[in-house]
Amino acid sequence: MGMTMTQKILAKHAGLESVRAGQLIQAKLDLVLGNDITTPVAINEFEAAGFDHVFDKSKIALVMDHFVPNKDIKAATQCKQCRTFARRFDIDNYFDVGEMGIEHALLPEKGLVAPGETVIGADSHTCTYGALGAFSTGGGSTDMAAAMASGELWFKVPSAIRVHLTGKRKPFVSGKDVILTLIGKIGVDGARYQSLEFTGPGVAELSIYDRLTISNMAIEAGAKNGIFPVDDITRAYVEGRVDRSWTAFEADPDAEYERTVEMDLSQVDCTVAYPHLPENAHPAREGKEIFIDQIVIGSCTNGQLPDMAAAAAILKGKHLAKGVRGIIIPATMSVYRECMRQGYTDIFMDAGCVVSTPTCGPCLGGYMGILAAGERCVSTTNRNFVGRMGHVDSEVYLASPAVAAASGIAGHICHPADL
Amino acid sequence: MNVQGAAHKYGDHIDTDVIIPARYLNTQDHKELASHCMEDIDKEFVKKVQPGDILVAGVNFGCGSSREHAPVAIKASGVSCVIAANFARIFYRNSINIGLAILECPAASSAIENGDKVAVDFDTGVITNLTKNETYQAEPFPPFIKDMIEKGGLMASLKAGKGNA
Repeated sequence: MGMTMTQKILAKHAGLESVRAGQLIQAKLDLVLGNDITTPVAINEFEAAGFDHVFDKSKIALVMDHFVPNKDIKAATQCKQCRTFARRFDIDNYFDVGEMGIEHALLPEKGLVAPGETVIGADSHTCTYGALGAFSTGGGSTDMAAAMASGELWFKVPSAIRVHLTGKRKPFVSGKDVILTLIGKIGVDGARYQSLEFTGPGVAELSIYDRLTISNMAIEAGAKNGIFPVDDITRAYVEGRVDRSWTAFEADPDAEYERTVEMDLSQVDCTVAYPHLPENAHPAREGKEIFIDQIVIGSCTNGQLPDMAAAAAILKGKHLAKGVRGIIIPATMSVYRECMRQGYTDIFMDAGCVVSTPTCGPCLGGYMGILAAGERCVSTTNRNFVGRMGHVDSEVYLASPAVAAASGIAGHICHPADL
Repeated sequence: MNVQGAAHKYGDHIDTDVIIPARYLNTQDHKELASHCMEDIDKEFVKKVQPGDILVAGVNFGCGSSREHAPVAIKASGVSCVIAANFARIFYRNSINIGLAILECPAASSAIENGDKVAVDFDTGVITNLTKNETYQAEPFPPFIKDMIEKGGLMASLKAGKGNA
């Protein structure tokens, strides 16, 4: 029996000829990631166990992104603990205020992830790098501590769902609409413990940024990872960023999949996930009665330059509806700078939005856009759980940058074509 | 090992944001985290919970964020075991890594009601509902995971040099 793409990457990193779904393996890691929320807990575990060295200082990335610039004294203390640890072990890839970005946008941008590599992160959205043909998945802080010490971690080899993509996209439809539609179809536990392996002629229709958004939200279907084949689009992205050799893995022709989900991209339209689960997918066109108080455009899901460009194209020459607040957060410092160069920042500010330096802040209800009771936000983030962005009686509607921008102008959920 | 306590029953897809909201993730203090456990879904939980009590939930418990603060908050609140129909994978992993007892048992998940007195025998996986006088059989841990738990979790296992599967 053949192996899936994920299984082949895991077998290689476990030093095995082959692996099968359900098998427990010990795999070598190419990168270990943590942020300012999860790393302090990992450091405590690392130190409590008495470790005095890291396995490879060039294969650990610590990104201060959730509550920075420090939102309060406690957040400042957590960052300080990470900074001290990074200095102690001379960690090469420590990213602090001024050079940081939201981790899952920053690592691909810096060339820290390449196709065929294995990445563990103490952050659930670590699955983002499947877009590059890497195996990457989220774990906890104790996983991170063990991984920093040993460079290895235990995994259960996942079975897989094949998502077969066909067809051409309609105008305004982005990777976000594709993944929200898929989660709506299979549910928030539809891929629990499994890989989502994207295949088919429709893959070539998706830019690397669409793929990053799709893989990013694989976890919202419960998946362990969401992975794309390596093609010319992948190669064009990693070229000039990754300066080490890498391997493109392919699924065997006789790989076993638990099931296949067919997705015709021409049938996907702009989609909004209503509270309080990402599976509550609705057509954006049907949201005219849902009036809103805020839009947020950014996050590890949709904070890349094409996301900013899509929002700017809608907001250009327009203004937010009276009473709507707009918060725009480019995901990395280079995206932020490019927004200024391209004139997007002016467009956003002319439209009445604020533009922040990179932070995860509002997505998880940390700071920079907390909602009061009864308030509604259309957000390009990834979760709409109860209380996710503030008060337990607030509501988050997940959408693409184009839909969020159009909704901000209309004052209610709005398909960009209906503006 | 056996534990016994009152059941606190919740539904499906209980996410880590409601187990411990992100506004409290600026601390790692176990007691402080425990003082906000389940706050966004059940404000009374921290007042009601007694040492040894058992959380019972439906499918996909612990979905969402990878924050280890979630199983830490549950454990530090005095809960001895979480029984669910099934768990989200990162929560499952984190719980084993930090030594929070968790059991997958769809029968117990649907039959146990809020306030029922429940006893768990981890050696056999038998869950006894003392209020209803019923028993349910949970899935046993695979040997690799049982071995890790017996060694005291992932870090202790790694320290012992036997973290290999």
